Amino acid sequence: MRVMAQMSMIMNLDKCIGCHTCSVTCKQVWTNRTGVEYVWFNNVETRPGVGYPRRYEDQEKWKGGWARNKRGRLSLRGGGRLKKLMNIFNNPDLPGIDDYYEPWTYDYDMLTKAPLSTQSPVARPKSLLTGKNMDIKWSGNWDDNLGGSQETAAEDPILATMSEHVKMEFEETFMFYLPRICEHCLNPSCVAACPSGAMYKREEDGIVLVDEDGCRGWRMCVSACPYKKVYFNHKTGKAEKCTLCYPLIEQGKPTICSETCVGRLRYLGLMLYDADAVLAAASIENDHDLLDAQRGVFLDPHDPAVIAAATANGIADDWILAAQNSPIYTMISEYKIALPLHPEYRTMPMVWYIPPLSPVVDVIKSTGSDGEDARTLFAAIDKLRIPVEYLAGLFTAGDVVPVEASLRKLAAMRSYMRDINLGGEPDEAIAASVGMTGTEMQAMYRLLAIAKYEDRYVIPAAHLETARELEELACSLDTDGGPGMGGPGADASHARGPYAKTPGMPLNSTVDNYNEMRGETGEKTKPTTPGRLNLLNWTGGTVPPGMFPPKDSGAPA
Amino acid sequence: MNTWDILLWVAFPYVAMAVFVVGHILRYRFDQFGWTSRSSQTYENRLLRWGSPMFHYGILMVFGGHVVGLLVPKAWLEFFGVTEHWYHLGATWLGTVAAVLTIAGIVLLLIRRRLTPRVMLATTVMDKTMYLLLALVIGFGTLATVMYQIFGAGYDYRGTISPWIRGLLILQPDPSLMANVPFFFQLHVLSATALFLLWPFTRLVHVFSAPLGYIVRPYIVYRSRDAHTVGSGSRGPRRGWEKSERPAAPTRTRQRTPR
Repeated sequence: MRVMAQMSMIMNLDKCIGCHTCSVTCKQVWTNRTGVEYVWFNNVETRPGVGYPRRYEDQEKWKGGWARNKRGRLSLRGGGRLKKLMNIFNNPDLPGIDDYYEPWTYDYDMLTKAPLSTQSPVARPKSLLTGKNMDIKWSGNWDDNLGGSQETAAEDPILATMSEHVKMEFEETFMFYLPRICEHCLNPSCVAACPSGAMYKREEDGIVLVDEDGCRGWRMCVSACPYKKVYFNHKTGKAEKCTLCYPLIEQGKPTICSETCVGRLRYLGLMLYDADAVLAAASIENDHDLLDAQRGVFLDPHDPAVIAAATANGIADDWILAAQNSPIYTMISEYKIALPLHPEYRTMPMVWYIPPLSPVVDVIKSTGSDGEDARTLFAAIDKLRIPVEYLAGLFTAGDVVPVEASLRKLAAMRSYMRDINLGGEPDEAIAASVGMTGTEMQAMYRLLAIAKYEDRYVIPAAHLETARELEELACSLDTDGGPGMGGPGADASHARGPYAKTPGMPLNSTVDNYNEMRGETGEKTKPTTPGRLNLLNWTGGTVPPGMFPPKDSGAPA
Repeated sequence: MNTWDILLWVAFPYVAMAVFVVGHILRYRFDQFGWTSRSSQTYENRLLRWGSPMFHYGILMVFGGHVVGLLVPKAWLEFFGVTEHWYHLGATWLGTVAAVLTIAGIVLLLIRRRLTPRVMLATTVMDKTMYLLLALVIGFGTLATVMYQIFGAGYDYRGTISPWIRGLLILQPDPSLMANVPFFFQLHVLSATALFLLWPFTRLVHVFSAPLGYIVRPYIVYRSRDAHTVGSGSRGPRRGWEKSERPAAPTRTRQRTPR
């Protein structure tokens, strides 16, 4: 048993209102640069819909993920090592930029600088690739809220796997939102496909990263990722992907997408798993068994044998404690309400989802029935095959049983808590009907519905004694066009602000200097001169000590 | 042998070689982030799908041919039974296949680069210079072969150009060997030397990152967070900014029996 820790995420889809705040904040932080204008490390799709990039789930076309061969072994769907090297001059499965969308801006200058005329000036869209006028015909989220879905939704690869015909007439259909980031898989096919060995899974927290210095731009990771969450920066010629905001995670803080989530639907926490068992679990024959196989790879952090093995593998005590308190473990292994996205890709994804009950509830409400009555809900879950089958196509390789089980638990919780909220006696039979107790129901309600910040994010900080090694590293990504473009390291002369410790020293985003910078009294920055006040922290009003030099110091006024 | 011969066939090649080697080392040390082929496949793939493999496989064959023709002495090949006749047959037929692939490939790639607005706009000045030189090298080489080998009487470059190159490599340059080489062979050699001079500063550096290690490495790569300080990851501390460390372990521990 080789115990490893994995930082994982769960999203509660019932609470997603499709506001795209996660996508926007993520873009502001990570991809508002030339070369990655079309890139959304985090995107929110309306389902049923074609997704981003278009039809990314059609692995017959894109050849992402792993496939089990006749000998029962896993091989990359896009071909093994030799085929990859033969195709190195042209990747046959690479999505073009038009499969995402052609990025554009608007000719805003026209609005202020146009000469006087009888017509109002307009800001025409200009392509960011060619600079020419363009007609906007597609984007990363074109079918938001089923917009235009009468025409495009038929292209949704999941609909093709369903036995029942789904009507896309607006009044008769259903929809929900699916926010997606990198899955930080246990068996990542992007890492396996990288000819340069520049992609890696971090031993400490399982975050999958691209070494931007080692990447040589062969683009095999882009096509090998079945979720299409590795992107090609067309300016720098390097691969980029969601980093799970590791600079924040290392400080024990949630990712930007989680922190800014309006619906508070994201959960972050550790999972302990047996790294030696991953390959066998991912190679299991039947697609429907993959969910249980992956659950089987996870280890119980309360088990003394697991704790001993984890300690032997160098996992610190506070990390084991965090794994025990992890909301992820609770929802995946104890409540079993969270499900992985497309387990059939066999990459063992680690961003899981609580399937939405709302498509079912909406139908019940529209018929005038009680959308919070347990029996009505259970009957509807059994009867409403279309949403359930669709969810199964996303989360369980088409097996409706685990989806139903998860939805029934959500329905039971809804109904059980309604009785309590109305001041009545809770009906223990409802809890028992889904194999839970009333106490568990209330704990689950607290985790899902109240969703306190400290319950959602149980993130142990990276260890300083090891992070110290990272100190004083120049960021290699601060090159022109790199993710750290314009950072202080780009030009040493810029590093003279209040944050810089020494003139010419690069500013590093490491745990050490973050805490150092914050100072003891909570002020955001430390003054560069000891005993003096940093004016950035001055709120006005009073004259704090250190604002002026002492009178007898002889310093010039 | 005059001053020009020394400059062109001794000084220039050695300058190019020095820049080639030192340039690559410096670029690898200080600009790993820029070390990529900077593919334009996402912009356009209809022409690239044919042009790129044709050019690359062709140029690999051309490279192989040059190694055999230039670096392996004639006598060695004859020792292994490769006579002038067989060498000529191989050079002509394989060479023709390689040349057709390479030339068709680069023509396709150049047309694509010029006519696809997205690709053209992503082309830097250095790219254009490099493409010009590369096209000249390939053009002069083809022209020389067609003029002297196919329509001419045949020119035995293995008696002049090859020993000259080997002489350069073993630091015994003999410019007189090149003095009377046909004009287009001279141009081919000079343009190639110029290309080598420019090489480390272009996207051609990607030649040296052919990922052959991929064949043998395990699929899933794990790296420790701490391993960033070494290897090809982020740069280490700048000179003069190293962290002051406690000196190495005291001598007392070293007196113990080694394990």
